[in-house]
Amino acid sequence: MKPIESINDFVVKFSNVNGSGSASANELFAKAILRMGVPVSPRNIFPSNIQGLPTWYEVRVSEAGWLGRRGGIDMMVAMNPQTWDADVAELEPGGYLFYDSTRPLPPSKFRSDVHVIGMPLTEICNAVYSDPRQRQLFKNIVYVGALSVLLEIEPEVIEKLFSEQYRGKEKLLASNVQALHLGRDFAREHLKAPIGIRVRRADKVGDGIFVDGNSAAALGCVYGGATVAAWYPITPSSSVAEAFQKYCGKFRVDPATGQNRYAIVQAEDEIASIGMVVGAGWNGARAFTATSGPGVSLMTEFIGLAYFAEIPVTIINVQRGGPSTGMPTRTQQADVLACAYASHGDTKHVLLFPEDPHECFEHAAAALDLADRLQTPVFVMTDLDIGMNQRLCRPFVWEEGRRFDRGKVMTAEELEAGKDFGRYKDVDGDGIPWRTLPGTHPTRGSYFTRGTTRDPYARYSERGPDYIYNVERLLCKFRTAADLVPQPVLRLATEPTRLGVLYFGSTSPAMDEALEVLTDEGVHVDAMRLRAFPFPDSVAQFIAAHDRVFVVEQNRDAQMRSLLVNELEIDPARLVKVLHFDGTPITARFITTAILKHVQAPALAAPRRDPELQP
Amino acid sequence: MTYIAKPPLRHPTLERNKVGYTRRDYEGKISTLCAGCGHDSISAAIIQACWELDIEPHRVAKLSGIGCSSKTPDYFLGASHGFNTVHGRMPSVLTGANLAHRDLLYLGVSGDGDSASIGLGQFAHAMRRGVRMAYIVENNGVYGLTKGQFSATADQGSKSKKGVVNSDSPVDLVGLALQLGATYVARSFSGNKAQLVPLVKGALQHGGAAFIDVISPCVAFNNHPGSTKSYDYVREHNEAVSRIDFITGREEITVDYGPGEVVDVRQHDGTLLRLRSLNTGYDPTDRNQAMAYMQQHQARGEVLTGLLFVDPLATDLHTALNTSDRPLNALGEADLCPGAAALQKLNASLR
Ligand SMILES: Cc1ncc(C[n+]2csc(CCOP(=O)(O)OP(=O)(O)O)c2C)c(N)n1
Ligand code: SF4
Repeated sequence: MKPIESINDFVVKFSNVNGSGSASANELFAKAILRMGVPVSPRNIFPSNIQGLPTWYEVRVSEAGWLGRRGGIDMMVAMNPQTWDADVAELEPGGYLFYDSTRPLPPSKFRSDVHVIGMPLTEICNAVYSDPRQRQLFKNIVYVGALSVLLEIEPEVIEKLFSEQYRGKEKLLASNVQALHLGRDFAREHLKAPIGIRVRRADKVGDGIFVDGNSAAALGCVYGGATVAAWYPITPSSSVAEAFQKYCGKFRVDPATGQNRYAIVQAEDEIASIGMVVGAGWNGARAFTATSGPGVSLMTEFIGLAYFAEIPVTIINVQRGGPSTGMPTRTQQADVLACAYASHGDTKHVLLFPEDPHECFEHAAAALDLADRLQTPVFVMTDLDIGMNQRLCRPFVWEEGRRFDRGKVMTAEELEAGKDFGRYKDVDGDGIPWRTLPGTHPTRGSYFTRGTTRDPYARYSERGPDYIYNVERLLCKFRTAADLVPQPVLRLATEPTRLGVLYFGSTSPAMDEALEVLTDEGVHVDAMRLRAFPFPDSVAQFIAAHDRVFVVEQNRDAQMRSLLVNELEIDPARLVKVLHFDGTPITARFITTAILKHVQAPALAAPRRDPELQP
Repeated sequence: MTYIAKPPLRHPTLERNKVGYTRRDYEGKISTLCAGCGHDSISAAIIQACWELDIEPHRVAKLSGIGCSSKTPDYFLGASHGFNTVHGRMPSVLTGANLAHRDLLYLGVSGDGDSASIGLGQFAHAMRRGVRMAYIVENNGVYGLTKGQFSATADQGSKSKKGVVNSDSPVDLVGLALQLGATYVARSFSGNKAQLVPLVKGALQHGGAAFIDVISPCVAFNNHPGSTKSYDYVREHNEAVSRIDFITGREEITVDYGPGEVVDVRQHDGTLLRLRSLNTGYDPTDRNQAMAYMQQHQARGEVLTGLLFVDPLATDLHTALNTSDRPLNALGEADLCPGAAALQKLNASLR
């Protein structure tokens, strides 16, 4: 058996028990490699449970900078007896199986084509530590120490990470360093090191930052000027609100008075959280909520009201495995249709699709501008994969002096000057009416907001023509939105081709890699990354320019494809589904295989002849 | 035209308040509720209270849910911004609006269906959060707008116009408000303007969550079988002319009774309502006593009216959240955006 040999290009997966404290040790492993200048992309794979069930942490190390999941595992750190068989089976031939050898296992539990590295972790820790919790926690650090020897990760880098983490907590720092060296010493003395997969210092990280999408979206809300946040806890979105709280505490406390320039309410449910956002938006504050699919379901009546009554609302939807509470801690892009058409009646909503934390930041800030400009709900459609995993991405940027786009708000002065105010009147031809905020002027500009139809001056009306004027204006506004939203990113193949691929959101890094692999295989595909709904004209043009367009998405029902077919009136036969929906993030392998299969299918298909056709 | 505006004519000698407005300036569109509906009397009391308090109409934001009662904000304070939200969810929208702009006066109008059934949760949480507002429930014991189903405040054993007997216990919103921490709790009767107007004034001036449960008879609910004036009877006998819904107008029910007095009020459906006005000796600053006192009278079949509880030092959600004195909706880039330099530092900390 030939062991896998690779420098700076491999996948390590940690298999742990939820609640055992492994998360921070595994993160330490990933960060140390990153600090050595080698890009990593880690993913937490965890059950909907606090303690006891299996949990995994998969780290892809890729000097080439591929951040999507690759598929396949080169080294398994198998710390969970419960999932042993499946974990062992997942290894690539020639891969490495690292395990706690304190308790002997029968030979049948191993594979002959993988390289087994046993280390009596429990025994070592029991000998050194007497406290049961310490035995458990330091076991994780001890295996990181051993791995640092096996994979040649510089111990100084890990120690520096410790010193940053435990600044001011000298005792904790010392005991962690001790545990690290306990692992290193054992590995040096008893294990054959280094192994075939190794880390070597490089300079491929550049000025990239390492952050999760939820924190980034929260920061985008701070920079975008959100002052009211109302939320209700739901995985995987809760950390958006929690991070917003943290950043506001840091940036939004008036230094002179100690008063907060923000208000955060943990509402009693999602209906109340969106209700508060609607009220705040109506009253001129920038407001947002963060939720996930089941929360969106509860919010839909209000979303319809906000659409029809034309109130700015920002919703960050961190999507997860659906429907309802299907796979609450697994990722999917399965709320595309539910959000695009959320609520009763004829509604259409603006959706933004960030590809990574960098864009979570940008799109969250942009959503607040768009919501004000368009006076409508705007969804930022992230997912668990971007939201809860730390990603290496471009640093955040903010143009000094950037102004918020507050949209068309008529002031007291304009009203005083006698400017005609019709709340639902299209004066500029873009479908967007002017609004006034409560309290603006003693005698002019007040109006009544409601979900029922009204005339252009906001007076209650059930006349058909008034209704039609109103809803057609809303459509006109939606067309205006197509020019204002982030535009798609086009990436042409190196050679002219009839094949195209459309993708969006967290599929991005896997797609980047898949496109390169396909090119290497001689298959050329033009790619367009969708960044928003409504679709700008360039999307229809892209589809028209290709014979076959793959639509890659992470849901069962090809929801984006349905949206394209429906909104652009495309012949469905031209859009080929590439669907990944098992709850894990899509891999480059999956995309490449699906596209190659399709490309080769006509050639490989068995000859077929219509039985009616006789020679 | 599906609304009726009031003619803008004003008599030049109409009395003006300190801020220069006549009572007419506090009116809204012409009500489209049934003639004699208690809700219209409540609108009149709100108009009177705002005029007497010298409130500038545009400094009030009036929000409601869905129902006949929730339509009423269109019929008063025409120069204020109004918001008819969704059924049962006015409290959350008002909370958000209040957070955005703390300097306006917030008036929440709701029905018993709106607040005690679908919106019970939002009602409860707005009370416990101490959102500064005057929250008025126009309580008629039925769903008016959807035509006479029981609401959650209907008495056990009462009969709907369809003859169904209500087997559920009623929700007592006043009791709930007291328990949940509302800092101004009152009950009144739509026809008792002498009592209602001061209560509304007190609620509008209160520093925290103020709640008034106003019993407000529904004309359309006057529908017991055998009555020749009932909704069904009139429709039956109206068939030849048209099949549209028809509700006979009624005299507005008004009462006048002094502190400590008890009156029996006959409602449109013939039922008797026994109202007792609070005694002048009653101490409304003791929450526990208020709850016990209310329950004692309830056990006697009396509905206690008046100001049941007030915390004169009440604070609100803004105090709890320590929000800036300057309204959040007035803050600009300089106050809100940490800027490019801070972002660079943040980037550095993420490497
Ligand atoms: C989600 C939802 N469910 C049901 C309705 C229908 N609906 C409209 S008004 C109403 C009841 C109103 O009753 P109440 O609040 O007591 O007010 P009233 O009309 O008696 O003044 C109902 C059930 C609705 N508008 N929205
Ligand atoms: S149905 Fe009842 S509540 Fe509605 S307007 Fe008529 S009387 Fe008032």
